[in-house]
Amino acid sequence: MTKEKNKAIELIRDQANNIYQKILKRKKPEMKFPLRSLNNVKYDTKKGFFELIGKHKVRALTVNTVKGFAQTLRMMTLSKQLVGANDIATKREAYYVSKNWGDARFSEQVESDTVLDDIEAMFMLNREQLGFIPEEKGGDIAGELIVVDKDPNTGKEIKIDCTKFGSGAYSIPTSVEQLKFETKAKFILAIETAGMFQRLVKHGYYKKTNCILISMGGVPTRACRRFIRRLSDSKKLPVYAFVDGDFYGWMNIYRTLKVGSGNAAHINEYFCVPKAKLFGITAEDITKYKLPTHPLKDVDIKRGKDALKNDPFVHQHPEWQKAIQDMIKLGKRAEQQALAAWGLNYVMEKYLPDKLKNSKSWLP
Amino acid sequence: MATTKKKSSIKAEELAKEQKQVSVSEFFLKNRHLLGFDNPLKALSTTVKELVDNALDACEEMRVLPEIIIQIKPAGENRFVIVVEDNGPGIVKKQIPNVFARLLYGSKFHSMKQGRGQQGIGVSASVLYGQLTTGKSTKITSRIDPKHKAHYFELNINTLKNEPEIVTDKEIEWMNKDHGTKVELELEGKYQKGKLSVDEYVKQSAISNPHAQFTYISPLKEKVMYRRATKELPKEPKKVKPHPYGVELGMLMRMLKDTSAKTLEKFFTKEFSRVSPNVAKEICKKSNLAQSMKPKEVSHANADAIFKTIQETKLMAPPTDCLSPIGEEILVKSLKKEVDAEFFTSITRPTAVYRGVPFQIEAAIAYGGSLQADNLVRLLRFANKVPLQYQQSACAVTSATVNTLWKNYGMQQSRGALPSGAAMLVVHIASVWVPFTSESKESIAHYPEIIKEIKLALQGCGRLLGRYLSKKRKVADAEKKKSYITKYIPHIGEALKDLLSLKETDEKKVIILLTEELEKSRKM
Repeated sequence: MTKEKNKAIELIRDQANNIYQKILKRKKPEMKFPLRSLNNVKYDTKKGFFELIGKHKVRALTVNTVKGFAQTLRMMTLSKQLVGANDIATKREAYYVSKNWGDARFSEQVESDTVLDDIEAMFMLNREQLGFIPEEKGGDIAGELIVVDKDPNTGKEIKIDCTKFGSGAYSIPTSVEQLKFETKAKFILAIETAGMFQRLVKHGYYKKTNCILISMGGVPTRACRRFIRRLSDSKKLPVYAFVDGDFYGWMNIYRTLKVGSGNAAHINEYFCVPKAKLFGITAEDITKYKLPTHPLKDVDIKRGKDALKNDPFVHQHPEWQKAIQDMIKLGKRAEQQALAAWGLNYVMEKYLPDKLKNSKSWLP
Repeated sequence: MATTKKKSSIKAEELAKEQKQVSVSEFFLKNRHLLGFDNPLKALSTTVKELVDNALDACEEMRVLPEIIIQIKPAGENRFVIVVEDNGPGIVKKQIPNVFARLLYGSKFHSMKQGRGQQGIGVSASVLYGQLTTGKSTKITSRIDPKHKAHYFELNINTLKNEPEIVTDKEIEWMNKDHGTKVELELEGKYQKGKLSVDEYVKQSAISNPHAQFTYISPLKEKVMYRRATKELPKEPKKVKPHPYGVELGMLMRMLKDTSAKTLEKFFTKEFSRVSPNVAKEICKKSNLAQSMKPKEVSHANADAIFKTIQETKLMAPPTDCLSPIGEEILVKSLKKEVDAEFFTSITRPTAVYRGVPFQIEAAIAYGGSLQADNLVRLLRFANKVPLQYQQSACAVTSATVNTLWKNYGMQQSRGALPSGAAMLVVHIASVWVPFTSESKESIAHYPEIIKEIKLALQGCGRLLGRYLSKKRKVADAEKKKSYITKYIPHIGEALKDLLSLKETDEKKVIILLTEELEKSRKM
């Protein structure tokens, strides 16, 4: 058993013992969780990620909280068993395990996910350290990169060449800590949509520019963020993000990649890529490249105004404030694939080369 | 010129002849919707209603506890025989033909007294309807005391002259009945179950007349006995003179013509309530008329002046002790008897006044039990103890109910609708003159004073219901939480045992200590 795993079990036992001692002393046991929201993070450009500012909620054991309390403790038990047996469970599996808990079972997976997130935050651990893994895929890789992994059965080292997947791609595993990298690429390009990723793979963009392409498929998973972080740190590669020109692409996808999320702020330090820069699509690009657009809906505008008001990341970057205001003023958004209006390969022949040349057209 | 004049005068005479030919039956048929005979379904219930109203009024006048027997017998396709029997004072022989077979004959038209019938059109209209639809005579048996035999009549209405036609007239033995009246009437009608049914009418009558006993036999031969909730007769309503504020110009002119008073001053003091000699003098003076003027000589212009003066004169409110409500306690008792619910409350408001007419509102709520929770509430409306089944949406009671904020009392309500939930609402208006919106007397006019009183009564009941519901919810909440303790604490014990490798005794200790601790905090 690794040290890290011992740490998880120790934390769980400490918490349980704490509760037990309180009960024996006829005192009300409590559990303390950091708040998981944007209200409870600060952003320091030098550190480069969302950091908790220490707001907590305390769940004391009362008649009203007894159910949640019991469920949290049972979930901790499951975690301890998993870690102890060196096993893993997906979040969905954890939900089904609870079906054996009689009255304490969960009726929806959102409930068990919330309890899991609470436990993670309580111990300031990543869920993988607690024996749980996410369902979702980490992301796809193609390009000038060799991933050094171990065969899960034999433990033998294997080298995976990410140029050898033809029209397919290498999938980022849910846990990336053990991976090592060999590469001579010049930069990493993280792409929002699988469609754009496939176009670039098919036309050998990574060969022409000597880069590593990563498809995030929407908001990047923790594994994807961690993979890019480790790869870019260990090989000192710049990271460029290429997303849709809308507030979802900017704030949900890019911002999460760069500084992490409010919901999992306790682990942001490791699960973010502070050195990432945004290629586009920017509001400026929409005008400059005369892209076909969609009008912003009321909910889009609200999303933008919300970011201006509440997002600590936006607060620290005047460039972002301007970009958001520009888009609201423009009243339009444009998707990555809108570049196809100028020809299917316009993105490779014109847009991306332009961007690589001109760092002033990026957003921080 | 002369000839033309003659011609035209002949024409007028002919016209006049023709005009006479417009018989009462024709008038009736053209206006049957005003009188509650628009369709066969309603005709049946209107007839039962008229007969039962008369029976109850008669018993109460005699101060006897009513025993009413209502039977509806099928008599061929779309035909029914309605029999209503009471134990009232009976009707003297001479009057029977007039009461049953002459339209607009009645003693109640002029009276300012709380009573069921108001227009005197009721019973004879049913007799006429029966006659027109079946050609059958109406059979009446009536006995005034044990010393006399009963009279038996078979009557028709002469529709040209609006006069009774006596088909049979004889004395008969009436066993086991010292006094009372029995009416048997055949008509075209339709019988249906449901909210608008005769069954429902009788049931609601039993609610609003808790001192009466009803025996009801439906066309399907189902026999229902509604026992009385009280043996106390309701307070006898008093006859009151009209209050000047409530009299319209036409009414005023007729009163001036009909009065026996010799002078205008006497007319005011004698015919109205709340007019003292001083006030009478003031009205005369302000209208520029002599106190000694003969009422019959008052012109239309003069009457108009008097009418205006009255509106400007300050007068005492009308007397308010003339009404006979059902009463809070008895209404609840009566509801408990007929409605299977878990909570009952009622409120009788003090007497109020609209346009010079005193009225009194009562409201009641029954909640829970067998009442349906997922529908709009049932709203029972009563006017002078008579159930109102039709025209619910046009009624002031409905507007007042809809405009009451039931959410405040723990019930659900969509905007502009009745509340929904397992409740039944009852609203009763008692008045010497109930302002109906039409002659069929099914909905109450929207006087602001009346709506305000209805709302106050409903709000009063609503508050009590709200208190009951929140208490009930608290008890249920406490129960639920108590069950939480027993449900979830063992899980905490089991989890701690697994996490800390505790012994079973320790696990039990955890459960006991925690249960004690939570029970304690719950009581605090």
